[in-house]
Amino acid sequence: MPLSRPALGADAINQKRGRIMSKELIRLVNCRMDFDGETVLDSINIYFNDSEFLTLLGPSGCGKTTTLRIIGGFLQPTSGDVFFDGVRINDVPPHKRRVNTVFQKYALFPHLNVYENIAFGLRIAKVPAKEIDARVTEMLDIVSLRGFEKRKPDQLSGGQQQRVAIARALVNRPKVLLLDEPLGALDLRLRKDMQNELKRIQQQLGITFIYVTHDQEEALAMSDTVVVMDRGRIQQIGTPEGIYNEPKNAFVADFIGESNILDGIMRADYVVEFFGRKFRCLDKGFAKDEPVDVVIRPEDVDIVPADSGHLCGTVTSVTFKGVHYDTIVDFKGFKWLIQTTDLHQPGEYIGIKLTPDDIHVMHKSEYSGMFGDYSSYSAEYDEINDPDAVIGGEETYEEALNNEE
Amino acid sequence: MKSKFLAGPYIAWMAIFTVVPLAMVAYFAFTDNSGAFTLDNFVNASEYLPIFLRSIWYALAACVICLIVGYPVAYVIARSTVNVQRVLYLLVTLPMCMSFLLRTLALVSLVRDTGIINSFLGIFGIGPLPLIRNSGSVIMGMVYNYLPYMIMPLYTVIVKLDPRLIEAAQDLGCDNVQTFRRVVLPLSVPGIVSGITMVFVPAVSTFYISQKLGATDNIMVGDIIERQFKGSLNRNLGAAMSLILMLLVFVSIGLMNRFADDGEEVATI
Ligand SMILES: Nc1ncnc2c1ncn2[C@@H]1O[C@H](COP(=O)(O)OP(=O)(O)OP(=O)(O)O)[C@@H](O)[C@H]1O
Ligand SMILES: [Mg+2]
Repeated sequence: MPLSRPALGADAINQKRGRIMSKELIRLVNCRMDFDGETVLDSINIYFNDSEFLTLLGPSGCGKTTTLRIIGGFLQPTSGDVFFDGVRINDVPPHKRRVNTVFQKYALFPHLNVYENIAFGLRIAKVPAKEIDARVTEMLDIVSLRGFEKRKPDQLSGGQQQRVAIARALVNRPKVLLLDEPLGALDLRLRKDMQNELKRIQQQLGITFIYVTHDQEEALAMSDTVVVMDRGRIQQIGTPEGIYNEPKNAFVADFIGESNILDGIMRADYVVEFFGRKFRCLDKGFAKDEPVDVVIRPEDVDIVPADSGHLCGTVTSVTFKGVHYDTIVDFKGFKWLIQTTDLHQPGEYIGIKLTPDDIHVMHKSEYSGMFGDYSSYSAEYDEINDPDAVIGGEETYEEALNNEE
Repeated sequence: MKSKFLAGPYIAWMAIFTVVPLAMVAYFAFTDNSGAFTLDNFVNASEYLPIFLRSIWYALAACVICLIVGYPVAYVIARSTVNVQRVLYLLVTLPMCMSFLLRTLALVSLVRDTGIINSFLGIFGIGPLPLIRNSGSVIMGMVYNYLPYMIMPLYTVIVKLDPRLIEAAQDLGCDNVQTFRRVVLPLSVPGIVSGITMVFVPAVSTFYISQKLGATDNIMVGDIIERQFKGSLNRNLGAAMSLILMLLVFVSIGLMNRFADDGEEVATI
């Protein structure tokens, strides 16, 4: 089994989508972008559906803005094709594309006031003055900027500028709106408000949103479909739940939420071995004895008394996080993050229990070993526990339940 | 307090070399030979009204030509890569390192009837063309001398123009011409204003260029004033004309700035 898997190609295109959407609008086929001989995007294959809220999510420099610029027409891919409504649009200049952009740093026209910034696209399109007035006013209402018409952009706060940028793009009723970190400059509170507002506008107007962010929480909260990118490649396409619950590789597991990622071996369908123990899981279709990455989410782990745990370890540190405690537990040199609502003091010897759906198994990838704390696998475990028992298997599981009572 | 102290040398400089001469000019302008108060100098100066008007007209023409020639140059420089920018900018400013008298004389040797251009054309039996001793040659001389003063402020403004604004305009449906007219040009207004000011002010008070490149009926106010002082003809008249010229310059700068403020508003419509 090769350790690094090829970039997701055609198979990624057929990923599950959030909503069943009738019509495909934009498609990137094998798009590649080189800058000065350096590959910034590599075989990007993706389609965007009509009225879909799709988010490109990834760390800084992974190629999100570059992807948007290719769709907007500001960059020509080095190779590959861009289709809009089935028509190849590689050579169509930006002003002829039915796509509008909310730029990463707003790019408001400093010489125009708020009203004229918003009216800009309509004036170019030679929309009658009366209609312009009606539509701009409507937009001002939507972004709550009534009364600010006469202000110049430099007389607005960052959040207000951001809303002008959104209104300036939306007023043209584009088929597709590209948003490049549109909420990047806002404080948490305003950010949450605007997230709701944008989602509402998107649903109300039925416009396709292609939304760029490196904030995973924002991506999960707003999107129908999330596209996780890293190093110029698409790592996974899926629904927010799908991405969170079934990450494709260690990068996605680590980037979306917190993850304990362990080395494991797939002994059979539905049976994975790690820490020298066999656990029942919900995954199948792996080669027999295939080395795998096992993801266990910190909030899925139940802490139980040491004598009834599947695994036992010592609490090394506890951090209060408001709703829960971040509890670090050392399992013979391997540190897990566990989130609990009960307080366990450092030094306490505790057990944990895992049910089959707490365990998610992934193929090894180029990211294996880069995230999580699982390199310090401890061989001592074999001696402590009976390696042949399958934990989470029916009998064992029921036993464990009985023990608890 | 400290900052005031630091500005001291400049204030002293200004006092000695600007305020005092200005006061002297004003004194001469309002007195006659014997030092008695009079307004006659201004009455006499008004006889030169046609020359004032001609100077304004030449200066305006030079401004417009500088703008039309200079804008594309500034734009190309500002949009080049940084290294090319440096070279081009140097090339534009290089002529300024040379004395303006020298430059004007060089131009004369190019365009006079027996000059380089006409000699060359003569080989083909053309000419000599009237490239000198007319209003056109005077204006050309001013453009030749003052063009860098137009290009520099334009370049400064255009180079600072955020390329994302151009992308935003394209994104909102502008083709190249519309992008220029609706975004690039309005945002260049400050550069255009200071460029015009920097060309108009020296151009309207030009002397020497008109003497070397113009005919007798192309003489400008600057030449007349020079003559009043140099030949000690009538320095009271010269002082009065200088004051009028200064007033003229101030008024036109004021108008330009008013226009610039309005211009931005106008550009929004
Ligand atoms: N015009 C360019 N010339 C050279 N390299 C570029 C250019 N534009 C982008 N890059 C490089 O391409 C990579 C991806 O850039 P991109 O702007 O798409 O990242 P991003 O995912 O939007 O990051 P961020 O979240 O920081 O905005 C970066 O390494 C960047 O340095
Ligand atoms: Mg970006």
